[in-house]
Amino acid sequence: MSILVYIEHAEGAIKKTSLEAVSYASALAEKEGKEVVAVALGAIEENELAKAGTAGAQKVLHIADEKLNAGVIQAHASAVAQAYEKAGADTLVLAKSSLGDAVAARLSVKLKAGLASNVVALPDEDGGYKVKRSIYTGKAFTSTLITTPHKILAVKKNAVPLKEYGGAATVEALDVTLEEGDFAAKITSTDKATGEISLPEADIIVSGGRGMKGPENWNLIEDLAKAMGAATGCSKPVSDSGWRPHHEHVGQTGVKVAPSLYVAVGISGAIQHLAGVNASKNIVVINKDPEAPFFKAADYGIVGDAFEILPKLTEAIKAIK
Amino acid sequence: MKILVCITHVPDTTSKIQFTDNNTKFDKNGVQFIIGPYDDYALARAVELRDQTGGKLTVLNVGEAETEPTLRKALAIGADEAIRVNAFPSDSLFVANQIAHYAKEGGYDLILMGRESIDFNGGMVHGMVAETLGMPSVSPVMKLDLEGEVAKISREIEGGKEQLEVKLPFVAGCQEPIAEWKIPNMRGIMSARTKPLNVVEAVSDEAATETVGYELPPAKGAVKLIDKDNVQELVQLLQTDAKVL
Ligand SMILES: Cc1cc2nc3c(=O)[nH]c(=O)nc-3n(C[C@H](O)[C@H](O)[C@H](O)COP(=O)(O)OP(=O)(O)OC[C@H]3O[C@@H](n4cnc5c(N)ncnc54)[C@H](O)[C@@H]3O)c2cc1C
Repeated sequence: MSILVYIEHAEGAIKKTSLEAVSYASALAEKEGKEVVAVALGAIEENELAKAGTAGAQKVLHIADEKLNAGVIQAHASAVAQAYEKAGADTLVLAKSSLGDAVAARLSVKLKAGLASNVVALPDEDGGYKVKRSIYTGKAFTSTLITTPHKILAVKKNAVPLKEYGGAATVEALDVTLEEGDFAAKITSTDKATGEISLPEADIIVSGGRGMKGPENWNLIEDLAKAMGAATGCSKPVSDSGWRPHHEHVGQTGVKVAPSLYVAVGISGAIQHLAGVNASKNIVVINKDPEAPFFKAADYGIVGDAFEILPKLTEAIKAIK
Repeated sequence: MKILVCITHVPDTTSKIQFTDNNTKFDKNGVQFIIGPYDDYALARAVELRDQTGGKLTVLNVGEAETEPTLRKALAIGADEAIRVNAFPSDSLFVANQIAHYAKEGGYDLILMGRESIDFNGGMVHGMVAETLGMPSVSPVMKLDLEGEVAKISREIEGGKEQLEVKLPFVAGCQEPIAEWKIPNMRGIMSARTKPLNVVEAVSDEAATETVGYELPPAKGAVKLIDKDNVQELVQLLQTDAKVL
């Protein structure tokens, strides 16, 4: 038996969250005495694919069909279902993401597999197959018992440590049959910020709120982010006002993040914003109001004016790099 | 145009989450329930599309009798009729099966719902419904316009967006800024009282998962405050204490 991992890549580089999914699968495989097979779709170099081995995959199935370069949900689900069969798998592991969710949902029906999303730990297999998941946008956890023989686990980012074996996986080409109907949703263009660190993948995030007063001050956020090697984010009113693009909006109704470090500048810490950041390992809050609710959720805080503190902090970071 | 919008009945976003009965039940005490915020976006856009094209807008929830006020609110916002599939929504596959079973005969041109619920955050139901009905699915949808039989969609992807075209019918998981939330006005509230809210029984179906218990995260320690004139101390703590730099 094997565990199949659906790996996503961004223009040919395997995503960190997908390597985490491979690490998760390899820990699970060790426990259950199984093999880890990863599957990648579309154009990606063989040596990049072999890297899945460092996270614990023994084999990578590569479905190179160029029509799969774009993330057409239905086509990806069809292709992965065929890889699942080919790999002789009974479990599918993937990283929770907007594409991953959509693909996993369809596969759950195709494979008649019970599905747990937002998984944060290995299953407890003592008298059943119980999986711990994050729910209520990070405000609680639940234990879900999967009762079907086939299982799908969508792993939450940063919930499991990335393994470094230094191994390399063998790469095998796989041909699949795709129907015209699989491409019924036609992607006509893609519009992606290039060169930016992607928010959901970032290890450090510097985020600004309405306290930054206007888009003309965002250079202060960007300078600090650059010094830290961080991605930038913002609160909802900031993206609503068009100061920043919508994909940077963090929170309950925006992107949910789980970096090692979240720096919140001029953000009050409304519960809807916190819901998107509460999985961060460390939170730094800079706010001039000592009563700002964000301080209750923070590990480190500075009470003061962001316009005064940010340049100093950026210099202090540069000094140690 | 026949549009089906599926809504969840979830605790208000500011609710304090607690459990009772030895962490086996959600504590509803003092919790206000609302239409799922993402579903609210789907509903708002559906009302606009129905107003443009005519036809009928049906709103559906899989839930027990307690969800009826939430369905009435959806009627007040502009849905023409409401359906409650009478069952406890035990897991996403179960809910998706109920929706697909109901929608199968309905000839819907569009099935819209939120990208995810804000209780279990699965983000799975739209894809499951679409797969079961053999339809395309698109999520998360930020913009949806109709040009005859074709929908022009903008979907959020990591770090950007993607434009798509899909022929009707299909299923979409929606999010902002697809439309502005609609707040029910007095006329809407009055007319909601007389609009049909039908209860249909669930089709029996085995669930694939079971919820066995809940847990709250450990309490957060107190914040360590650093003097604003000593940002070096913060940098040092991030290096040595938190080890993130
Ligand atoms: C259903 C729903 C969903 C929502 N989803 C989200 C979501 O996903 N994400 C989100 O962010 N919000 C969300 N919101 C909105 C949320 O409730 C808050 O309104 C929002 O987070 C506030 O943004 P803010 O902190 O930037 O602005 P404000 O609340 O205006 O706070 C600005 C802060 O900046 C501080 N400040 C001002 N000047 C300075 C200065 N010079 N230096 C330092 N600090 C300064 C102030 O003390 C204040 O704390 C949602 C709301 C609802 C109802």
